Amino acid sequence: MSDRELRVSKIRNGTVIDHVTGGQALNVLSILGIDGSEGLGVSVVLNVPSDRLGLKDVVKVEDRELSQSEVDVISLIAPEATINIIREFDVVEKNRVDRPETVIGLLSCPNRNCITNANEPVETKFDVVDEGVRCTYCGTIIREELATHIDPE
Amino acid sequence: MRQDHLITATQLSRADIEAVLDRAAEIDADPGAVADRYREAVLALCFFEPSTRTKMSFETAIKRLGGATTDMGTVESSSVKKGESLADTVRVVEGYADALVLRHPSEGAAKMAAEFVDVPVINAGDGAGQHPSQTLLDLYTIRENVGLDDLSIGIMGDLKYGRTVHSLAEALTNFDVRQHFISPESLKLPRGVRFDLHNSGAQLREHTDLEEVLPELDVLYVTRIQRERFPDETEYEQIAGEYQIDDDTLELADDDLAVMHPLPRVDEIDPAVDALSQATYFEQAHNGVPVRMALLDFLLSEGEL
Repeated sequence: MSDRELRVSKIRNGTVIDHVTGGQALNVLSILGIDGSEGLGVSVVLNVPSDRLGLKDVVKVEDRELSQSEVDVISLIAPEATINIIREFDVVEKNRVDRPETVIGLLSCPNRNCITNANEPVETKFDVVDEGVRCTYCGTIIREELATHIDPE
Repeated sequence: MRQDHLITATQLSRADIEAVLDRAAEIDADPGAVADRYREAVLALCFFEPSTRTKMSFETAIKRLGGATTDMGTVESSSVKKGESLADTVRVVEGYADALVLRHPSEGAAKMAAEFVDVPVINAGDGAGQHPSQTLLDLYTIRENVGLDDLSIGIMGDLKYGRTVHSLAEALTNFDVRQHFISPESLKLPRGVRFDLHNSGAQLREHTDLEEVLPELDVLYVTRIQRERFPDETEYEQIAGEYQIDDDTLELADDDLAVMHPLPRVDEIDPAVDALSQATYFEQAHNGVPVRMALLDFLLSEGEL
């Protein structure tokens, strides 16, 4: 995309998450725990044409550099995402997301009878498996629509 | 492999299982040899759900090893009633005992409890999850009756919520066993158990009709279909009726078939079957004592299985 076509201006410092699967940008923000209350400048571009993905989303977060472990969990809903760290308008680091082995504290278990839903002092923990993610406590597998299980807390 | 706790059957290798069963056979042959081995030991019984066999056989097992129990009692009479978390309860109880037996209505309860305490935790049933000590006595019974390899087993009834089924099926993947799962469509194995079985390369087939597979079985493991799983009483009675066995049903079966059941039964095995040589469920229940003695021996002596 050329500068003439830019829908959102470049950021000076922060993180650009590019090549997010079309329609998943808001879920990416949920995963990152960004809801606007942090006071960060956040830009979201939804469903723009992409050679690689057909349609893609882009998320720009100003004045915050996201760590690899923070962003890896995005791979569950946006496996092609790229993470660009921006300093003084330049990309200083560019990484792909990797599938994490486990996802801790992010998702809620859909099994209402799981111990993690019983007001115990325990964080949810899911192993990432071929079929999706699996609760390490009760064994429940979440295969589809992972984003709907993101714990709003 | 070092095992501090017994939480699921998937954690057990063939070597682990055989070590416990061998020890159980030694104890069964000469219970007096271990009568004083754990004179100072105290086993905590934390049963958040009712139990007869599991609780009493653990109690008998530790007593026959020379030890004693400390019992939380019923939920109604404990601090749980005041809103205490499971995490707090087990951290308190670990100060009173050398090992902890836990039954709880939530899946994953034993795994979580084990993260909070240093004493061995034995999962005596977590909701519709697992019941691995039952599995060890099931395997012991199977081995005593028909051996554990080149075996066809039919597991029938409530496969979706039956924790004894989940643990048994997963443990059997360590052996050369053809597993046949017989249930109504609505009570088939849950996705998580199926995932583990496929990962272990299990030989499994699913059926809705017992008769199509009964003649080739060495073991028929019957479980109870619970009324509360069905919103409609008529539907329950119709479906449950298809998964009951009586002496007529067993005419199709091999004479050496072992009919097992984790008990309690309601009406899924007709009392007329009790008199047949194939009825193995009371022997199975009795095996709970030597097998749990063996399990406790491993966990208390070495702190590992």
